[in-house]
Amino acid sequence: MAASDIEIAEHNLQHHFADMDQQRETSTFGMWLFLVTEIMFFGGLFCAYLVYRATYYQAFVEGSQTMNIWLGATNTAVLICSSLSMALAVRCAQLDQRKMMVILLIVTMLFGAAFLGIKAVEYHEHWTHHQFPGPNFQFEGAEAGGVSPQNVQIYFSLYWAMTGLHALHMVIGIGLVTWITIAGARGRYSADYYSPVENVGLYWHFVDLVWIYLFPLLYLISKKHGG
Amino acid sequence: MASEEHRQHVISSSVYVGIWAVLMVLTGVTVFASFIELGDLNIVVALVIATIKATLVVLFFMHLYYSSKLTKVTVVAAVFFLFLLLALSMTDYLTRHWLTNPMR
Repeated sequence: MAASDIEIAEHNLQHHFADMDQQRETSTFGMWLFLVTEIMFFGGLFCAYLVYRATYYQAFVEGSQTMNIWLGATNTAVLICSSLSMALAVRCAQLDQRKMMVILLIVTMLFGAAFLGIKAVEYHEHWTHHQFPGPNFQFEGAEAGGVSPQNVQIYFSLYWAMTGLHALHMVIGIGLVTWITIAGARGRYSADYYSPVENVGLYWHFVDLVWIYLFPLLYLISKKHGG
Repeated sequence: MASEEHRQHVISSSVYVGIWAVLMVLTGVTVFASFIELGDLNIVVALVIATIKATLVVLFFMHLYYSSKLTKVTVVAAVFFLFLLLALSMTDYLTRHWLTNPMR
């Protein structure tokens, strides 16, 4: 271990911890506790989804028919790729491969930006088709399916709220990755001190996790019309 | 455990790439399965696949498999409380029509 690495470690050991291991364990545990609150945060929306899906199943089927399953699937793949590059970036931090870590973090951000770009295309589609809840909401297919547009609106309310909150998390995630990329490029982390990289990684994977459930629940309800 | 070699476990990159490949394949499978009419089973298949994917991400990308027991218990507790939130809410909403209200 180079002298500068020891300096980084000593500089970052807070006085209330016995050593770097205890400090890292604690910070990772703290991050997990935060993610627990995030699970309950999204959990409320998932619960609302479950209740209304059970109540207005046909309306939810009609609403989900308007989703572009291929854009959704592409976005799922993009997020999984971003999680891989994030996981490899954390691994590089553990191994002190700083250049590679910075490159992988930038790749992660690019995947994240690609996700948001594809999401923006979808949002624009829905917006121009009046599929945004509110006074201008319209749903033409509803009469044919025998469901009330009012109930389809509930599906779209949840769609916008859930994917919107998820997209907000993506934006925050890209901000956090930007921060550790800059700090990493400046040599702030070493194999003994990389908790920020690890914790931002945990956050990034969590956001990926939420999408793993959002995709089947919102896009794949029923393909009965043979799309 | 505590006093042994303290650097965090480093997972080999082939494991990460392997998990990534499985996640990509499962994404393809879930899209494919959604085009087959299975009735009520469609949602079950989709959620089982999503849960397998989520478990892989948590265990390996998020290192839970190699984490301390405290962290593991915390994550299991979170899932349990999410289950409580969803299950107990649904015991209400799904059973309301079982009772016929004579006032209606």
